[in-house]
Amino acid sequence: MDGIHDLGGKQGFGPVRHTVDAPAFHAAWEKRVNALYSLAVRLGVFNMDEYRHAIERMEPRHYLSASYYERSLTSLATLCVEKGLVTRDELERRARGEFPLALASANGRSNAPERERFRPGDRVRARADHVPGHVRMPAYIRGKTGVVVGESPAYPFPDAHAHGVDAADEPTYDVRFSSTDLWPSSADPAYVHVGVFQSYLERVEEPATSGA
Amino acid sequence: MSDPTRSPGPVAPVARVAPVAPIEQRVAAIESVLDDHGMAPGEFIVQAAHLVEEKWVPENGARVVARAWTDPAFRSRLLADGKAAVAELGFEMPRHHRHLVVLENTPAVHNVICCTLCSCTAFTIIGLPPDWYKDLEYRARVVRESRTVLKEMGLDLPADVEIRVWDTTADTRYMVLPMRPAHSAGWSEDELAAIVSRDAMIGVARL
Repeated sequence: MDGIHDLGGKQGFGPVRHTVDAPAFHAAWEKRVNALYSLAVRLGVFNMDEYRHAIERMEPRHYLSASYYERSLTSLATLCVEKGLVTRDELERRARGEFPLALASANGRSNAPERERFRPGDRVRARADHVPGHVRMPAYIRGKTGVVVGESPAYPFPDAHAHGVDAADEPTYDVRFSSTDLWPSSADPAYVHVGVFQSYLERVEEPATSGA
Repeated sequence: MSDPTRSPGPVAPVARVAPVAPIEQRVAAIESVLDDHGMAPGEFIVQAAHLVEEKWVPENGARVVARAWTDPAFRSRLLADGKAAVAELGFEMPRHHRHLVVLENTPAVHNVICCTLCSCTAFTIIGLPPDWYKDLEYRARVVRESRTVLKEMGLDLPADVEIRVWDTTADTRYMVLPMRPAHSAGWSEDELAAIVSRDAMIGVARL
């Protein structure tokens, strides 16, 4: 989904609030939430793709105003309700107030029917897909061309795995893009590498100039 | 829908009037639900605290870096297959992290990692991500304004250094192998490990 979480390249944000030796947690409840969601994953209540997608499905204003661990909590609670571990009313009775949850999910999808194996050096384009459910392709590479620099072992396909849809595991490719192709005339020159699932990619044929 | 904190949620799309419960009460509520289902959340919270405070710490990655600086064969193995190489030093990665790609900084190339979609990191090796790594600002800006963001964070790279940003959008994980500082010649592996920071392994600092 073209959600609010897909932040890469969004403009208007201020300086990074960086401190040396910055903490991962700011309050004891944050550590509890981190433990509780990972326990639920370990016990198979939901998987990491479902967890990520339930964060992405948060109402955008809630997403932007919530802290990192409030987003984590919201995903955990949403999935517990959706999986039938508790009703929302019971959850709110126990919380003694409203418990904001994420919005409903759209449908997932399986692997792209036409997939091929790429090798380092291959030129590839991120398909111009618009996916209503979970997807791990950041919108900033949609339709953009890059070069494969690495291949990773096969992983569950997130667009399916977040929705209980059957799919084959597939490799991901580290694809190198140029920031000035991604955001012409409005980016600092750099290479931007993205881990891209095979289903999101199509080959770009080289112009036939080499005779090879 | 005018109030963002009153999203209808997946179950009951009706107007809700109760005030939002304080966060600690919401956490306690969900913990009690897991407890009802026999998941023993209290025990796991204690175990997880140990993991995040003592096991998954940047000192792990620092040892990996110090070994790579002092053992060329290890460095080659680390660059070829990061997950197998860190396992040699006893460091594990979660099952869903199937690949660790180690990115070597050189005088001409500087690598920096991020996760624009959420907060993914090789957390068992370089430690849990710091707060700013998960903030909207870093996620939005570092892919597009890398040199500017690094400069704002205190790393003013020479103009001829090529910047390579790595966005952790799949389950492959990355870490930066920083350049060994010139003044550290002859140091022991322990002394070297002591100067390797989490920021340097993310790539927002040089040593």
